[in-house]
Amino acid sequence: MNNFDTDKHFKFRKLKNKVFKYFLYFLSSLSIIPLILIIVHIFKNGISAININFFTSLPKPVGESGGGILNAIVGTSMLVMIASVMAIPVGISTGVYLNEHRKNRLSYYIQLSAEVLQSIPSIVIGIVAWIWIVLPMGHFSALSGGIALGIMMLPTIIKSTEETLKLIPHSLKEASLALGVPYYKTILKVLLPASLSGIITGILIGIARIAGETAPLLFTAFGNPFLNFSINKPVASLPLLIFNYATSPYDDWHKIAWGASLVLITFIFTLNIFTRLFTKKYKVKF
Amino acid sequence: MILNSKKIDVKTIMQERITSGNGGIADMQTENIKKRSNSFDTVASSRKNNMGAEKAFNAVLLIMGIIVILILAGILVSLFVESLPAIKYNGFGFLINNVWDPVTDRYGAVPFLLGTLLTSFLALVISIPFSLAVSIVLAEYLKEGWIPAILKSATDLLAGVPSVIYGFWGLFLITPIVRKIEMSLNLPPYGVSILAASIILAIMIIPYSASIAREVIPLVPVDIKEASYSLGATKYETIKTIILKYSMSGILAGIVLSLGRAIGETMAVTMLIGNSNILPKNFLSLIFNPGNTMASVIANEFTEATGNIYLSSLVEIGLLLFIVSFILNVIGKYIIRKFVIE
Amino acid sequence: MDNIVLQVKNLNVYYGSKKVVSNLNIEIFRNYITAVMGPSGCGKTTFIRTLNRMHEFTPNAKAEGSIILNGQVLDKMDPILVRRRIGMVFQKPNPFPTMNIHDNVIAGYILNGIRMKKSDLNAIVEDCLTKAGLWEEVKDDLYKKGTFLSGGQQQRLCIARALAMQPDILLLDEPTSALDPIATAHIEELIVELKKDVTILLVTHNIAQAGRVSDYVTFMYLGELIEYGTAEQMFTAPENEKTNKFLTGAIG
Repeated sequence: MNNFDTDKHFKFRKLKNKVFKYFLYFLSSLSIIPLILIIVHIFKNGISAININFFTSLPKPVGESGGGILNAIVGTSMLVMIASVMAIPVGISTGVYLNEHRKNRLSYYIQLSAEVLQSIPSIVIGIVAWIWIVLPMGHFSALSGGIALGIMMLPTIIKSTEETLKLIPHSLKEASLALGVPYYKTILKVLLPASLSGIITGILIGIARIAGETAPLLFTAFGNPFLNFSINKPVASLPLLIFNYATSPYDDWHKIAWGASLVLITFIFTLNIFTRLFTKKYKVKF
Repeated sequence: MILNSKKIDVKTIMQERITSGNGGIADMQTENIKKRSNSFDTVASSRKNNMGAEKAFNAVLLIMGIIVILILAGILVSLFVESLPAIKYNGFGFLINNVWDPVTDRYGAVPFLLGTLLTSFLALVISIPFSLAVSIVLAEYLKEGWIPAILKSATDLLAGVPSVIYGFWGLFLITPIVRKIEMSLNLPPYGVSILAASIILAIMIIPYSASIAREVIPLVPVDIKEASYSLGATKYETIKTIILKYSMSGILAGIVLSLGRAIGETMAVTMLIGNSNILPKNFLSLIFNPGNTMASVIANEFTEATGNIYLSSLVEIGLLLFIVSFILNVIGKYIIRKFVIE
Repeated sequence: MDNIVLQVKNLNVYYGSKKVVSNLNIEIFRNYITAVMGPSGCGKTTFIRTLNRMHEFTPNAKAEGSIILNGQVLDKMDPILVRRRIGMVFQKPNPFPTMNIHDNVIAGYILNGIRMKKSDLNAIVEDCLTKAGLWEEVKDDLYKKGTFLSGGQQQRLCIARALAMQPDILLLDEPTSALDPIATAHIEELIVELKKDVTILLVTHNIAQAGRVSDYVTFMYLGELIEYGTAEQMFTAPENEKTNKFLTGAIG
């Protein structure tokens, strides 16, 4: 027996060990409490606002109760669509390029650019879209908002495309090339279809990321209380509507903001859960 | 399953080539000798077509890649060009003057620099124990079963909550709490304040820093953990003396990256910080008074900004925000890369 | 009984539903080197990891049976105390990369929060490094990180680290499998030197090594203890056919 192994010392160590463990458990459970609170709060306040009318009508002026968020739903759909149309082709092509030219100097710069793009604060991207589109056109527009969101979506798609392609066994590509299939057809017909689920996951993550963005839209899409389908005009969006109504002093508007929050968070969580299931299934396959 | 279907894909492509007759080997086997010369012609011409298509395809990939670089370059150039009038007008004083008054055209960014620094720093201090706890629990204590699955999903979902919803929720839950604290301290009960913004920011960055620590802590080699346990160390002692020391630089990188994210966070902060450009005199009111961050002043004032210098000064803040978050990102990623290689 | 330091009775170890050590009984003699041999996958590493409860870190691992150290039953004892008395050296040298050489030797004290006088700790460091045959080589670099040491030196540092805890038994789990022949020879000499201080259980798949250093040899096959005897007896006239085949290289 060692002389320093006193019973007291040992018990103290065991105690510290236990206290530490429960302290960690305590902190961990505390850190998910905000999530529970947020969900409960949104649900409690938002559910009463939601009915068919909420999805099919436009907001009412202050003082009139009721009203819906159709303009915001249409707007968010438009913005996501514009962003996707721009980000998806560029993102997937760039991902393919990076996968095909791994050691290339240009690839390094592309990769670096994508990483830097990812790290730019969203409000700064809003400024840039304002400089590029709003300033020369002279007015706010759905286009400028869509472009801002597209820039934000781009790095996610590049990265997920590149990473899924990396996972595809080299033998698959060689098998195709060995059959005399030209290189570009190998990519289009063998590699991309094989990595389709990964790429779709990337796109969904990208959409989930931009659907809740407000900051880049403040001075691009700007918001619009009326229904608008033109990409040349200002357009509403769910997060923008939440921001404007939440910071207003009117209870009716708060209620609409809660309802809109419920819609938005349901959409984003569904996307998140969906992508998670998608990736899980996908990972088993390779 | 996917692999299988891909094999089929390759087969169908082969099939296509056999039936369409523009393949190399396949049709030689199936077509008879008389048609051979004919077939060679087809092969040759299809090769030519393929060459052209191949070139076009590669060109498209290259152009798209270059577009990505151009977007970044464009962002940098636009920000710089647009803030040039302000840079010329404000000079270096922009970074040291603490008065921001558009009416008299005085633009000093110190209130926002300080506000950003304070909110981010406070948010980090508040969030570190939580994010570290989550990642240690997931990496060392609960590895299997439904509790860690819930913990993981919950932190992932927290990361997905839009900033504006955090802000909205914070207005109704966090500002009243802060107001109560302020009242108990005999301070003016603003509610919206640097502190409220820091708390919401802390909640928002917990998932982010936890996800980095969660990747870093499992990188501690099993054999040195075993060495520690074989010497009779408890789990606490092993975590404290071996695991945390080993993964320190990775955790540090996580903190730096979280900082990079925190300084650019806009909406929730904008909603809770109270939008004030006046610097309070003493430290306590610095935390409990309303303020502004670089991001929130842009959000608050950009659409209302009249006058070129005013707007340009806001763009200059944007440029500054871009540079700072870029630097933090480079540092964080550099540390992580070094750690992973070690 | 006095010269028996460790008794293992009816030891069964399971990984989930798979039995990896079955009904093992053995007595280990004080201040001798006992080699545990057998083809890979025979359960020898599992067996010695069970002795100091390191098997508890393998998910789903479960051990039944009794382990008696110096007449004291360890089954209900806290693993932390068991590990203090049964030290271990692993296959791959694993000094703590975050500590310098000095701290690596007294890592057990640092980890366990034992406060001692600086001079006493220094004495332990010198004593253990000397026993591990490393003192002359590192005495000027005590406060440098151990990572610049060669593989063999690192392994001796790990032995010194285990010795510092003054264990009753030292478990060596293929300690030379990651080392070159010269470093291996060093370690083997060291092991023979050490037996006057501590009882050694050496897992090895290297028959020649077992022949060079061990006093007793056990042969395990498919989780069972096939044969146990003095090295001389085992190498010259093993009773069991399987033992004979293994020692002559026919299986393994």
